[in-house]
Amino acid sequence: MQGFLGNRSVKRGLTVAAMVVLVALVLFLAYQKNFGPKAFAQWTIDGIRGGSIYGLVGLGFVVIFSVTGVINFAQGEFVMLGAMFCATFYALDVPLPPPLKLVVAIILTVIIVTLVGVIFERATISPARARGAHIVTLIIITIGFTITVRAIALLLWGSRAKIVPAFTNLQQTDVIFRPLGLTLSAQSLWIWGTVAVVLAALYYFFERTMMGKAFRACAINPRAAELMGINPSRMSLLSFALAAAVGAVGGIVFGAATRPQYDMGLVFGLKGFVAAIMAGMVNPLGAVLGGLILGVAENVGAGVTGLYGYRDLIAFVILILILLFRPQGIIGGGERGVEQT
Amino acid sequence: MGGEVAGNAILEIGDLKKEFGGLIAVDDVSFDVQRGEIFSIIGPNGAGKTTIFNLISGVLPTTDGEIKFEGDVINGLKPHVVAGLGLSRTFQNLQVFNNMTVLENVMVGRHLQSSYGMMSAGLRLPGGRREEKEIIDRSMEQLAYVGLDSMADVGASSLPFGQQRLLEIARAMATEPKLLMLDEPGAGLNRPEKEDLDALVRRIRDSGVTVLLVEHDMAFVMGIAERIIVLDYGEKIAEGTPEEIQSDPEVIAAYLGHEEIRVI
Repeated sequence: MQGFLGNRSVKRGLTVAAMVVLVALVLFLAYQKNFGPKAFAQWTIDGIRGGSIYGLVGLGFVVIFSVTGVINFAQGEFVMLGAMFCATFYALDVPLPPPLKLVVAIILTVIIVTLVGVIFERATISPARARGAHIVTLIIITIGFTITVRAIALLLWGSRAKIVPAFTNLQQTDVIFRPLGLTLSAQSLWIWGTVAVVLAALYYFFERTMMGKAFRACAINPRAAELMGINPSRMSLLSFALAAAVGAVGGIVFGAATRPQYDMGLVFGLKGFVAAIMAGMVNPLGAVLGGLILGVAENVGAGVTGLYGYRDLIAFVILILILLFRPQGIIGGGERGVEQT
Repeated sequence: MGGEVAGNAILEIGDLKKEFGGLIAVDDVSFDVQRGEIFSIIGPNGAGKTTIFNLISGVLPTTDGEIKFEGDVINGLKPHVVAGLGLSRTFQNLQVFNNMTVLENVMVGRHLQSSYGMMSAGLRLPGGRREEKEIIDRSMEQLAYVGLDSMADVGASSLPFGQQRLLEIARAMATEPKLLMLDEPGAGLNRPEKEDLDALVRRIRDSGVTVLLVEHDMAFVMGIAERIIVLDYGEKIAEGTPEEIQSDPEVIAAYLGHEEIRVI
């Protein structure tokens, strides 16, 4: 890498210059189109909403990558399955009061999607690794799985969008708050609350339980962990189960803020990947933060330019810039980033 | 348990062979380690000592030969399975879990003993909570055993080198092994640290754990080992007590030939 884009200080200079140009461009456009601070605040709020889900997906990438070295591109499909299953269960005609029906639908969905993750790992990743497959082979398997899941989803649910009701009023149209003249849907609060709960639960698991500690040990030093009697295959399974469950939860809460469709996993998978790359693929909390930053950045970009399609452009420009200039990540990636593995 | 145990051997190595490509790293090496002894493998650099450790602990597959632990053949078993049988090891290059505290490192070593599992511990069931406390208590005992109990909450990577060595030993002991394999535990330690290590290894042996030691420092090995084998270019060239080894002409030749040790 050294020499490809000059030495460190040149790189740093280029990065700073690029950021200055970018910020100037955003401010110029905002000035030209008369966007005030309120508009920026609104874009930020909306950006954080989508960004939370990118963060959860990114977290899934990190969890799997750090113990198995596999970049699981099927990560976004867990989000899609979460939203679609939840919508399907909720639409079933069963004699339950709607709030209870939603709770049951959510629980069933998380269980099913976690099982999908478990079966995926046991049926494809695990046997391939047992036969000594290269890590690239495993990554390509995840891409194959992505395509398969999307095709099955299309067969199962068709191309029409489904409906997950807003959690607060169980209607299609959500309760809207207007603090300081901004627009904030109640579902946004549900999303943020859920992300906080998921993070707290994961923190508790990793720090306070023996299996969590074993999992971390396996991520830090797989060889030493194995010699302490930790079964790496079981940790791999656990990582897929965790990632699937987290993805499903993200899909369920975000599903109520959007119209879930069979192909929504692609976008979330790629954006979540960008979030994970921002954290050097190894820092779970960094991935969540990365997702939030990404969500805000692309929303501000789209808002300022007025072009919705620019959202994806912004995400991938960020991806390319990070991979070029700081492959070890920008948020607490540390020494064990993608470049080294 | 297991097949016939010849004598009182805990570990029986028979015609062990390991080839890397064309290179023969370990060539038909055989030896038995008796229960309760301190057994040492010595030899010049590149003699195949660490390779033998890697073969025994399941990190590397054997090319040929047999490894029996408590009478059962263990070649081909995965490292975590071997560890579960009661065979634990440390590393020549330190392999502590860097982003964890000293205590957590040892707790990971107790993973094998935590039958209750994460479900109950995670859900804070009474049994799980009791077990968590038990694991922490036992891990602290393990730390006290090597004299690191005052460092329990320190990040493992911020320990000085010598203490990281001790931490690795505490972590290995936390798995409650029957056989402890130490890979150059004295490397990088100063004199007083080595004396402490000497005492620690004896204490471990006295607690009923068999010790298999790979070591460079002749004075250290000669003082502590009850039996020694000498490897040179992957072959066993001598076996015996420290006295026998020190007077063995082939051993002296091997050491004089490879390492420029001047005998004054």
